[in-house]
Amino acid sequence: MDQNNLIVYCEFEDGKVADVSLELLTKGRQLASELGVKLEALVIGDNLEGVEDQIFPYGADVVYKVADKRLYPYTSNPHASVLINLFKEIKPQICLMGATCIGRDLGPRVSSALHSGLTADCTSLVIGDHKDPKTGKDYQNLLYQIRPAFGGNIVATIVNPDCRPQMATVREGVMKKEVFDANHKGEVVNLDASKYVSDSDFVVEIIDRHIEKSKINIKNAPIIVAGGYGIGSKEGFELVHELANVLGAEVGATRAAVDAGFTDHARQIGQTGVTVRPKLYIACGISGQIQHIAGMQDSSIIISINPDENAPINAIADYVITGNYEDVLPKLIKYYKKNSK
Amino acid sequence: MSLNIIVLAKQVPDTRNVGKDAMKEDGTINRAALPAIFNPEDLNALEQALRLKEKHPGSKVTMLTMGLPRAAEVVREGMFRGADGGIVLTDRALGGADTLATSYSLAQAVKKIGDYDVVICGRQAIDGDTAQVGPQIAEKLGIPQVTYAEEVLDLSDGHITVKRRLESGVETVKAPLPCVVTVNGSAAECRPRNAKRVMKFKRAVSPSERAALAPEAAALVEGRDELEIKEWGAAFVEADPEQIGMAGSPTKVKAIENVVFTAKESLCLNGADDNQIEELVKELIKNHTIG
Repeated sequence: MDQNNLIVYCEFEDGKVADVSLELLTKGRQLASELGVKLEALVIGDNLEGVEDQIFPYGADVVYKVADKRLYPYTSNPHASVLINLFKEIKPQICLMGATCIGRDLGPRVSSALHSGLTADCTSLVIGDHKDPKTGKDYQNLLYQIRPAFGGNIVATIVNPDCRPQMATVREGVMKKEVFDANHKGEVVNLDASKYVSDSDFVVEIIDRHIEKSKINIKNAPIIVAGGYGIGSKEGFELVHELANVLGAEVGATRAAVDAGFTDHARQIGQTGVTVRPKLYIACGISGQIQHIAGMQDSSIIISINPDENAPINAIADYVITGNYEDVLPKLIKYYKKNSK
Repeated sequence: MSLNIIVLAKQVPDTRNVGKDAMKEDGTINRAALPAIFNPEDLNALEQALRLKEKHPGSKVTMLTMGLPRAAEVVREGMFRGADGGIVLTDRALGGADTLATSYSLAQAVKKIGDYDVVICGRQAIDGDTAQVGPQIAEKLGIPQVTYAEEVLDLSDGHITVKRRLESGVETVKAPLPCVVTVNGSAAECRPRNAKRVMKFKRAVSPSERAALAPEAAALVEGRDELEIKEWGAAFVEADPEQIGMAGSPTKVKAIENVVFTAKESLCLNGADDNQIEELVKELIKNHTIG
């Protein structure tokens, strides 16, 4: 059996390990325990002192640290070289990283160099067995990398039977972040950066960098009013915003609405956007493509407002209001104002 | 300095306009029911390439696509908008490729083209949304990558300066040439077709397309090199058979399912009935969901 470990690439910015990395450590801990192997974490950057204190509570057994002034901010080649050279040495069986601008830039480069399979934007990771339909060869304990595909119209289970590490990226918010044990401690391994990166890796120069915290925070909003393609226009979204303002909610959107230019990309909910779990989700003019539903199905209460009573999203809604959003939203606003103190 | 620019483009099914007949009863995709389009972000990439060409007279923009022979449509579309010509990498042996085998095949074709300064492509294709092929090609070619590009700001002294749009902000980077640039959908829209170019290149065909033409039509393109869309196979680009198609793909699709979400008991309300709406609002306030 594969006794090699599972490693999570941790993003580190502003003295903080990214939420998506902590979410992956949580998932990684569970998978590593199931496989009976160690959970390892890798942090690359500058000023990494004490970073392990943020990581150990999530169950990591080993934290690899690679520090060099030139390794922060992130650039592709140097970070890729660290992963490629380190993985040749420690041979992890699984590597998880965030499906962020960094993970989606780094993962493919590493997988290409190691000729290992990489699956992007997984929505579920499960350990399972596999029988190759052609050769009949049996594989035990592979990582099932499950993701919607084809614009979210199907869900595919991907496996990497022969190549290691099995690599997967996962978007922020898809996995749950949970402290494993606040007092958990593991081993810290400081690696000498010069053994893993060469000067010739530092070819791309960052001239300017503006990091802005997004003002839109749909991930943690308790109430979300979301609009789909059915909203029809930018102006239509103003009504969605109006209801959201009255309820103290955030505004979300489907990919179709974002692609059509009705609203901002940061509001996109779904497999290629943000995954949310609010206590109330009001879906306006949303038909319910799988890729959208994948990002909001865990909402506690779902209200669907749609003129089509057979809209797919209605199947997972607690309340289905059949009607046009132009008619229904003003009524919700009116009756909320009337009945709330 | 005149440049050799390669634009990678993919012909994709239009997954954004999936109708009810897009899925067959057995749960597989009915590709015939989906129109094939020029991958949207590859159009953004083409625009950046054409702007570079304008700034650097004498430059050449070559379209490269991998797919079925009909992907020549993508090359032709690129020519209508300003590209100088192109290549369709097509071969049965390339079928069933995952992103890694695809990247390897395309990198082999880029090497075959040989002389290039920049490879530009869309960030990702709408049928897979993986964003993997760009960086993987860069790795296969052993050159740097600049992903999530919003705009090419400058190209001079053997370096390209690019503004990147990331989830957390904006970054400007300078990379040595040659390199791979992947372009975001939020970058400048591609210019439309140019009427003169459409007239000029409407007869541009690949060998497969020419074979299907009536003899009189085929005679019109005979011997006119500028109207030839090249068609290359795996052997021509010296691809290792072990690294292409299914055999070269480390990832395997174990299962494909239509997702069935657990349906809930829904309470159905009529949007026209004010009473029902008010009762719902009252209930949500009462159980502290809102308010």
